Order: sequence, then C-alpha cells, then structure tokens
Amino acid sequence: MVDYRIDRRSGVATYVQIVQQTKQAIRLGLLVPGDKLPTAREVVEATAVNPNTVLKAYRELEREGLVEARRGLGTFVRRSLGAAPADSPLRAELEDWAARARESGLEREDVAALFTAVLETHYPEQAAHPAPAHTPQGDPS
Amino acid sequence: MTVPALEADALGKRFGRRSWALRDCSFRLPAGRVCAVVGPNGAGKSTLLALAAGLLAPTEGTVRVLGAHPAAARSRVGFVDQDKPLYPQLTVAETLRMGADLNPGHWDADTARRVVAGGDLDPDRRIRALSGGQRTRVALALALGKRPELLLLDEPMADLDPLARHELMGLLMGEAAAHGTTVVMSSHVVAELEDSCDHLLLVGGGKIRLSGDIDDLLAAHTRVTAPAGADLAAHEVVESRTTGRQLSAVIRPSGPLPDDWRTTTPSLEDLVLSYLRNPAAPALTPAPETLEAAV
Repeated sequence: MVDYRIDRRSGVATYVQIVQQTKQAIRLGLLVPGDKLPTAREVVEATAVNPNTVLKAYRELEREGLVEARRGLGTFVRRSLGAAPADSPLRAELEDWAARARESGLEREDVAALFTAVLETHYPEQAAHPAPAHTPQGDPS
Repeated sequence: MTVPALEADALGKRFGRRSWALRDCSFRLPAGRVCAVVGPNGAGKSTLLALAAGLLAPTEGTVRVLGAHPAAARSRVGFVDQDKPLYPQLTVAETLRMGADLNPGHWDADTARRVVAGGDLDPDRRIRALSGGQRTRVALALALGKRPELLLLDEPMADLDPLARHELMGLLMGEAAAHGTTVVMSSHVVAELEDSCDHLLLVGGGKIRLSGDIDDLLAAHTRVTAPAGADLAAHEVVESRTTGRQLSAVIRPSGPLPDDWRTTTPSLEDLVLSYLRNPAAPALTPAPETLEAAV
C-alpha cells in the first residue's frame, strides 16, 4: 500500500507528487504488479486534495504503462520499475556500507554528500531531475 | 456534463434603496467541480450563495441551479450557512433524526453518522452545549446526509482547528469523488482552498472578477519581470509595479513576449491577490457564448 504525503510548499505540482511517490513505491517493491492502488476516494479523504488531481496522476501513470485501470475494479500496478526491490542483495550491500560509514564517524550529511557524488558520477543525466518531495517511507531529508 | 450546476445571468441583488451587494454577475459552473468562492469580507460571497440556495430572490437577472429555479432545486441542494443555524435545544442524535425526517427517501444515515463520529461527539449532547467547530460538524452532517447534487458552503471551515479542517475537507473531497457532488465553498483564505478546488469564482466589490477552471485561469496569466519602462500596452495588465530599474507585473499576454523578460506562472494566491489589490483590473469571465461551446 502507498500512503501519499502532499507537501504544498514543495513547488512540485500535487499530481506530480502523487506520480513520483507511486513510482518510488513501485521502485522499492512496496507496490508490485497486481497490487491495487488506493481509490481516488481513499486518497482524497486522507490528503484533502481535489479528486481530479488524483485521477490526473493515475492517468499519467497509466499513460506511462505502469498501471492499468480496470473498469469497476480499480487501478492496478502492471509492471515493476528498476531492479532494486526493498530486499535485494544490492540493498543489503548498501546497508552494510552505510553501517561502516557510520562506524567510521561520518555524519549524516557527509554520507549524503558522498552518495550523491558517486551517484552523479555513474548517472550523470539523472542529476538534473528533481527528487521526489517525499519518499513513501522513512525520513525524507 | 450537460446541465451546469450553477448558472448566473446578469444577476444582481440590492439591499435597501441603493446598496447593491452584487451586480451584473454572469458565470457558469459545470457540474462535478469543486469551486472556491473567494473574495474579501463584504465582497458579496454570502449573498451569491444565498441566491443560489434560493434563500434570497434576485433584484435583477437570473440564477439557475441544476438547470432549475433555485426554489425547485432545493431538495437536491445542501446549504450550510456561515452561522450554522441549528436548533439549540435538540441533541446531536435528534438533529440527525430530524434530517432523516426532512429528507424522506434520500437520507444517507451512514454518511451523516460518519461526519459526526469523526468529531468524538456524544450523540446525547445538546446543540447549545457544542463548540463552534462541533456545530459545524453537525451542520455538515445534515447537509451531506441529504446526499445533495450541489453542496453550497459559506465559510465552512472558519471556526475549525487545522486538524478538523483537514479532516472535514478530506471528507468533502471523498463525497465529491464518490458521488460526483458539485461543491461550492466560500472563504477569504485562498491558501486553504488551493489543493482542494479546481474552479474559481473571485468576487470583489459585488462583481465577478475571475471565473473559470483554476488551471485555465493560471495558464491565461503570466508574471513578468522586465526592465523598467517596458511597454505592456499590448497586453491586459492586472498589476504592474516598478522598483528601481525593474518592472514586475501580472498580465494576460495577447501575444509572444520579448526574450529578455523573465516569465513565470503565478500561484493561485498570487493571482487572486493581484486582482484584489487592483480593483480596476479587467475581469476575466468567459463570455456565455464561449462557455456554451465549451460544455
């Protein structure tokens, strides 16, 4: 399940935030193919955003082939994104690495800077993309 | 999609001999929208809602509600007045029972109970013993229990704390999502409506200053930063200020803008404030003919 958190001061359009957070959840394996997205009603009751905003986000996800709407049933995840589910070996290695970084006395900001620098070396074109306003789990900072 | 939820044509209301609360208001609100009625205190918001609810008769012009005369549409319309008039001697439970009695055949007891339950309200409390926020909850429960096609809310959130506000707004959005209810709510706080509403009626000085879908209204305007002395004459200027060597303006461009002007899309609050600061700025309300074509 995905729990949307809308940040009104982020400057990112609300429907884009919903798209990004859904993708993030799919990327992390919190949503897998066949899973049902919350209904528009469930999302708007929790977030107080306009129903059309949610429908616009779901249409965008559908256009990208990530989800499909089944009439009268809801909207379902069609495929996964990326290759790094929450419990993959890569994640375990990263956990290891983060633990070692902490043991060696690195501060949170040091680790973030180091990680971002390496990320930008290996994924130069991604650097310009805006980060999601919130990740669906954990600390967004 | 065919019959508009609300349609006004040259609508005007005068109180007493010469004080016009509203004059020459024409607009059309398509069904299924969540519409913000925004404007300063005394702008005519409450008068507009009372006309739509059929509680006031127009002095001139017409207003049609769900395609009918406001009086004829009353059973399909929910209205919550600013003052939330309820019977103080009744209990919460009795008030809901009254709602059921007044709306035979289309009373949704579950929804009404859910709205009340969210506020931890003891059903046996009397209305007179409730706080302002709790009274709002009961009034909303009555209006939503009626399962209206059009919900008119005059300053619904004014006396609610932020938590209750968010929760009740979520509930309203849920109703709109589940039943396609058209919601019209007034407020003088734009920020609290920005995420929830998709349509805007900006009322100022008894006139409609802006009306339309919010996305369209924002797209029609540009905030520009240009060298002082830049010529804006070709465009509709809502607001323009010069500070030192720089000119900052909100305009409705009527053509391409010079490359050396910096342009951004204004936020809803930015747009509303620029109109309110400049009462002489030209109004933007689509002509009835173009509306006809768009529906």
